[in-house]
Amino acid sequence: MASPQQQQIMTRESVTRPAETAASKTPGAACKLTARNIDFFYGSFQALHSISLDVPSHRITAFIGPSGCGKSTFLRTMNRMNEALRNTRVEGELRLDGQDILSMDVTTVRRRVGMVFQKSNPFPKSIFDNVAYGLRVNGISRKSVVEEAVERSLQHAALWTEVKDKLHKPASALSGGQQQRLCIARALAVEPEVLLLDEPCSALDPIATRRIEELLFELKEMTTIVIVTHNMQQAARIADLTGFFLLGKLMEIDDTKKIFQNPGKKETEDYVTGRFG
Amino acid sequence: MASSSIAGSLRHRANRGVLARLRGGDEISYLVTLACAVLIFVVVALIVAKLWGNSQPAIRAFGWDFLRTSRWNPNGGKFGALPFLYGTCVTSAIALLIAVPTGVASAIFLAEMAPPKLSNLLTFLIELLAAVPSVIYGLLGIFMLLPLIRVYLVPALKSTFGFLPLFQGSFYGVSFLSAGLVLAVMVIPFIVSVSREVLLAVPTEQREAALAVGATKWETTWDIVLPYARSGIFGSIFLALARALGETMAVTMVIGNTPKITASLLSPGYSIAAVIANEFAEASGDLYVSSLIFAGLVLFGLTIVINALARILILATSQKAATA
Ligand SMILES: Nc1ncnc2c1ncn2[C@@H]1O[C@H](COP(=O)(O)OP(=O)(O)OP(=O)(O)O)[C@@H](O)[C@H]1O
Ligand SMILES: [Mg+2]
Repeated sequence: MASPQQQQIMTRESVTRPAETAASKTPGAACKLTARNIDFFYGSFQALHSISLDVPSHRITAFIGPSGCGKSTFLRTMNRMNEALRNTRVEGELRLDGQDILSMDVTTVRRRVGMVFQKSNPFPKSIFDNVAYGLRVNGISRKSVVEEAVERSLQHAALWTEVKDKLHKPASALSGGQQQRLCIARALAVEPEVLLLDEPCSALDPIATRRIEELLFELKEMTTIVIVTHNMQQAARIADLTGFFLLGKLMEIDDTKKIFQNPGKKETEDYVTGRFG
Repeated sequence: MASSSIAGSLRHRANRGVLARLRGGDEISYLVTLACAVLIFVVVALIVAKLWGNSQPAIRAFGWDFLRTSRWNPNGGKFGALPFLYGTCVTSAIALLIAVPTGVASAIFLAEMAPPKLSNLLTFLIELLAAVPSVIYGLLGIFMLLPLIRVYLVPALKSTFGFLPLFQGSFYGVSFLSAGLVLAVMVIPFIVSVSREVLLAVPTEQREAALAVGATKWETTWDIVLPYARSGIFGSIFLALARALGETMAVTMVIGNTPKITASLLSPGYSIAAVIANEFAEASGDLYVSSLIFAGLVLFGLTIVINALARILILATSQKAATA
């Protein structure tokens, strides 16, 4: 498997650059993931309406919007997690480094586009085995390689110093915030190029939340981050780019500063200023 | 106004009398449920005491030899239960050997792979099977399973594994193998319906966590879902085993009722439950009756020992899984 550095190099080379909107607004960032006219259906209910956006490489992109507006649905479309649900359908075009996500092998998509969930969901295994699981299913079994990758992932998830003496203890013995960082480590172990996080801090206290925010800030170096959050301060603190969803539509996506200080749409302004009904 | 009257009744609720408190439910529900729990314990204790007491003549006459000898001679007053113990263990082992893989695989199909409608329909049918009386399974065994075993299974076994002592000798129909197969058919529904429930109860978040790092559907099922459901699946297997060990009617009808210990699964045999059912009504003499009751005590003990071992096994594997 490529190291993060190699991956970065590969990414840079294989990027195709259509005339990007969002990417061009964050100078120096190549476009990692593009969505064009994504429609999504749960049965006959259309949850997403023609979503188009570009996720810039090595940036944090945040999605905000009222409950039920389709943020999670869109996030789960990007790594095709919704396919696990019956009776769903996606239309449109999704590209990762220019490659068509919807026709790619699904396990490859999910290895390259990792995901962290709202509720931390460690396996009932040891801390070590949790982080090593992704490596195992991706065919990496050399003990030294696995051990090294586990340590590196835990370090990147800012958990190493807390758990290095109890790697073989059950993950359930960790605190809520630690468990969520363990889930981040598990996702990082397979060196994803994009990391999707769906309200990763919603069950955590402010201190644990702060830790994860700092962590995400550092992870930008390694990977591209897309985060759904209900917490607007959080989006303002960490995101380079913020997209506002409303009723299954992407109302606008722009530099975070612009979204919060000078949004282009009335609905966005109402939402970020708390005037949203 | 209204709020003050509510406050009044709240105060009233706080210092009401015994009767009112009982009506409130906590105490009375505690007492009723406690009584039921104690009652169950008392019944089990009574059964054990009765079995123990009534088997005293046989225990005094034979002691451990009862479990070590094979002569079952009511006329000569000699009783050794080893062939029955052997038959019970062998038929249950055959049953589990077949029922566990088939049952767990079906449960995986129903819980993880089948479309929900098909899964619900099949589960309904399988749960019906669990309610079929065992005498019907016995008839089914005699009229359907035995001919099939004779025509297809035995020739196939003899031609592939015929060199093993397990499959030598002639086959007349009634046998350990037939009883084991009928038992397997009887216990599969238990394993399937309990295991399916347990698999369905595994949180979606667990599955998604595995899928999200690039695991395939099958890897997710095998690595994550099954281990998560492990203790429940074991539970279903022990339920099945308990049923197989104690099953009387269906086994009596197809095992052959011959108190012999043979290596060949094709030979007729006997089981503890079957011998008690067959001989108890006609047993004459204290020692004979007491020997049958002793056999019952042995069956009871066997069930308890196996259940205890099972619990230890579950505990050990779950601790290992958590620490290793
Ligand atoms: N499994 C499902 N089946 C049918 N409809 C669904 C399903 N999941 C979500 N929906 C519907 O799709 C719409 C978008 O849901 P989604 O979960 O994406 O919203 P969200 O923006 O993430 O909301 P929240 O902020 O509350 O998490 C909602 O109207 C929801 O009712
Ligand atoms: Mg959501």
